[in-house]
Amino acid sequence: MNPDVLVAVFLTVITASTPLLLAALGELVTERAGVLNLGVEGMMLMGAVVGFAVTLTTGQWGLGVLAAALAGAGLALVFGVLTLTLVANQVATGLALTIFGIGVSSLIGAGFVGKPLPPLPRLAVPGLSDLPVVGRLLFGQDLLVYLSLVMTGVVAFVLNRTRIGLVLRAVGQSDVSAHAIGYPVIRIRYGAVLFGGVMSGLAGAYLSLAYTPLWVQEMTAGRGWIALAIVVFAAWRPGRALVGAYLFGGITILQLYAQGAGWLPVPSQIFSMLPYLATILVLVIISAGPWRRRLDAPACLGKPFRPAA
Amino acid sequence: MANIITRRGFLAGTAGIGAGLSLGVNGALAQAQGPLGVGFIYVGPVGDHGWSFTHDVGRKHLEQTLGAKVKTTFVENVAEGPDAERVIRQLATSGNGLIFTTSFGFMNPTERVARQFPNLKFEHATGYKSAPNLATYNARFYEGRAVIGTIAGHVSKSGIAGYVGSVPIPEVVMGINAFTLAARKVNPNFTTRVVWVNSWYDPGKEADAAKALLDQRADVLSQHTDSPAPLQQAEARGAFGFGQANDMKAFAPKAQLTAIVDDWADYYVSRAQAALDGSWKTHSVWYGMKEGMVKIAPYGPGVTDAARAAAEQVKADIISGKSHPFMGPIKDNKGVERVPAGKTLTDEELNKMDWYVEGVQA
Amino acid sequence: MAFRIEPRRAPPASLFYLTPVLAVAVTVVLGALLFAALGYAPGATLYHFFVSPLTTVNGLAELVLKATPLAMIGVGLAAGFRANVWNIGAEGQLTLGAIAGGMTALELIDVDAPWVLPLMALAGVAGGMAWAAIPAFLKVRFDVSEILTSLMLTYVAGLLLALLVHGPLKDPTGYGFPQSAMFAPSANLPMLVNGTRLNAGALVGLAVVLGAWLVLARTIVGFQIRVVGEAPAAARYAGFSAPRIVWLTLLAGGGLAGLAGVFEVAGPIGQLVPSISPGYGFTAIIVAFLGRLHPVGILLAALLMALSYIGGENAQVAVNLPRAATGVFQGLLLFVLLASDFLVRYRIRLARPARAAP
Repeated sequence: MNPDVLVAVFLTVITASTPLLLAALGELVTERAGVLNLGVEGMMLMGAVVGFAVTLTTGQWGLGVLAAALAGAGLALVFGVLTLTLVANQVATGLALTIFGIGVSSLIGAGFVGKPLPPLPRLAVPGLSDLPVVGRLLFGQDLLVYLSLVMTGVVAFVLNRTRIGLVLRAVGQSDVSAHAIGYPVIRIRYGAVLFGGVMSGLAGAYLSLAYTPLWVQEMTAGRGWIALAIVVFAAWRPGRALVGAYLFGGITILQLYAQGAGWLPVPSQIFSMLPYLATILVLVIISAGPWRRRLDAPACLGKPFRPAA
Repeated sequence: MANIITRRGFLAGTAGIGAGLSLGVNGALAQAQGPLGVGFIYVGPVGDHGWSFTHDVGRKHLEQTLGAKVKTTFVENVAEGPDAERVIRQLATSGNGLIFTTSFGFMNPTERVARQFPNLKFEHATGYKSAPNLATYNARFYEGRAVIGTIAGHVSKSGIAGYVGSVPIPEVVMGINAFTLAARKVNPNFTTRVVWVNSWYDPGKEADAAKALLDQRADVLSQHTDSPAPLQQAEARGAFGFGQANDMKAFAPKAQLTAIVDDWADYYVSRAQAALDGSWKTHSVWYGMKEGMVKIAPYGPGVTDAARAAAEQVKADIISGKSHPFMGPIKDNKGVERVPAGKTLTDEELNKMDWYVEGVQA
Repeated sequence: MAFRIEPRRAPPASLFYLTPVLAVAVTVVLGALLFAALGYAPGATLYHFFVSPLTTVNGLAELVLKATPLAMIGVGLAAGFRANVWNIGAEGQLTLGAIAGGMTALELIDVDAPWVLPLMALAGVAGGMAWAAIPAFLKVRFDVSEILTSLMLTYVAGLLLALLVHGPLKDPTGYGFPQSAMFAPSANLPMLVNGTRLNAGALVGLAVVLGAWLVLARTIVGFQIRVVGEAPAAARYAGFSAPRIVWLTLLAGGGLAGLAGVFEVAGPIGQLVPSISPGYGFTAIIVAFLGRLHPVGILLAALLMALSYIGGENAQVAVNLPRAATGVFQGLLLFVLLASDFLVRYRIRLARPARAAP
């Protein structure tokens, strides 16, 4: 395979992995604070439709991206009020949020089906973007791709190196003690849930503005669920979420290339199974290997908390 | 809900089992009671911009054309599974005299409900079971594939087409074959590379498959999935492609060479009219370009004069019956002769097609 | 003025009955507002949602038919959720159950004997269990999260079913379509009510619910499941085996999902097709929590969810309410029901601002 093809493959992997990474990072922070929001798919759809609608009507993709983030946060706020203030069950509320999000996004999007939109502009650094091999890889992406990578670092840094990160993790590990020390558990969890909504909204915007600039109902096609699985794969660590998203995206793309090249004469369904099987396999290897570092789920994940008075 | 594994309609041909046995169930009853209720059941959302969308375009056309004489109802996003029969029955008990079930997976449920309601008329798209009150209808999409294959043969410089496939059912296989046969008549070395996404409905994955094909030297794309995503990729890379089910020019003004358009409108009007005037009879039809159920959208700027002339010729010959996309000799992609010279595949053979013609890599 | 929220020590019994009524009232109001905002007559739409499916024998039969798999899977999942075992792959286990039961039926297509159906059911249970055994094994042996494995295996199950119905199980006389031959009559569940689709699976479902109730409330295993979930440390101290609970709950969930899968193919579908379940495995997770993880609650929740789906279809047919609006309304309904628990567990009091501490 010549380098040009390798670059092309990797460019495709980046597009496939970016929405997974964005949504996974958001959910990772939410879960680190002890809240399990299974409504990622619904929040992504809201981001996708609102981002598309605003970009199309205003002509400003910046506004579209911003609106998508807000739409994701809006749906996350509904989740927050229900699970944090009204202490409703998180698992069921998250699933209900997905049903709700699919419905609302379809209603909003009804008038936008079949409308074209130019793709999100790619950053072009004069000179650098034209470099062979690395030029297109490093300097020719759109804003959200860079954002997903930057956010991986930011989330890792904030969680591990800052006070707010420490408090957030404390809230997720032991809400009762964190409350006893005087941390505003509920407020911090609201923040984490809203961050999750923003990131899911951005992931949706990436789909409807950059990946495939169009709107059709339920266009996320299950990516929100994969993002949830990636958080588990990552053992709640941002760096590993990056690995997980690119592993899943990479194998999804590679099997398509393998089919196109006619490498293996097996039924296509076997090819389509590969990303799922590979994710399980890699996680088993990581978990069984000698470099294993135990990291369990945040202790309070999914558990209701209501401060006593 | 989660819609993790998406499902879509499976198209295929009618083969006419037990067709033509009409007991003369007519529309006198419905006629006497005001407007004829016409029910539709769709497998996808009407907002899919593909298969279900085109049926709904047909339904709207029916309402416009026949006005107050009909009253239409539809149920969208009905999974092909245990729910279908309930929805069809619900349509049957809600005052509809004529019910269209528009996906292959609705065949057995439609047949069961039709048996329970002998006074109502049912029409199932793309299946093969019929009854005195159950007609079947389908479109010869492969005729359109022959036209676009001809254009691909002319336009492609690399001689490689990329084909984004949904799931390997006979309808899709015969489309790939018709496309490749036509292209190879223009360029004998033409090859078609197929990538299956195993879904009818995942724009992202369709785009990924399109990129994988374009990266592997394909310079013209065809697709048997619903979204304009592959066309958008062709547009971005300066390659060419064809629209599916609808004219998708808006998404790829330069790249779209043409599109195969599904047009159910005239059929729905004629069948509703027949039910209204009492002349409705069961049948098994497989209509093509001649009847206008399959249409070719206006050509895009990438179609050369030679390609246009050749495409028009293929179209005219198919319509006049002078030629057929599956006229022998045809070899399969393992080199075995499947259709000898002078023979043409029958409809029944087409509907069972599970092999690829020479030049297909799938 | 400020509010104070405090937990109730002992919620009054009347609240258990009052809150659902209140929740329904709130939902009706929200639904009416939603439908009116979208331009549909609120009264008629709500009627078709909640009442019209219940007015005919056929409607009731359909309701029970659709609620049965939800209740069976929900009960199986609840056992796991109580013990903090997060099986979210019931959809895949259902699919494997359908495959195993369906292959049995196809293998015995020429056999007309009363033992065909029980054998299919056993095969289905085994198929669902086998699929759930993978997450159980990986969890116990390698500490790999069952959330990830069970979800990923759901996709694999769907593709496996597609592979089979496109290949070896394809009906040779079915014109190349990806579906199996229709099962023989001996492989179809007997009907309970003539003229409807209600089959004997509903009775089995009811037995499962009652059985689970007994197991959870009256047996040591049930006690262990509860303790492991609620107080893992205490469970370890008491010598309960956590791996055993993981195996037990995943196999129970997988087995019941598999049984539900067989009942779909041996009941309303009658053959193997590429898509068997309209998301029952996922909806059942909502059902489990909506029913507060209690078998009887799950039964009621399953009926309610089934009603909301059927009602949504009826509203589409009767007043052309789009499917998307049904989704929004279902979401609202669930939000209200899930939040209504709050009133049972907490009370809101007006806090007196300037009250000096004694």
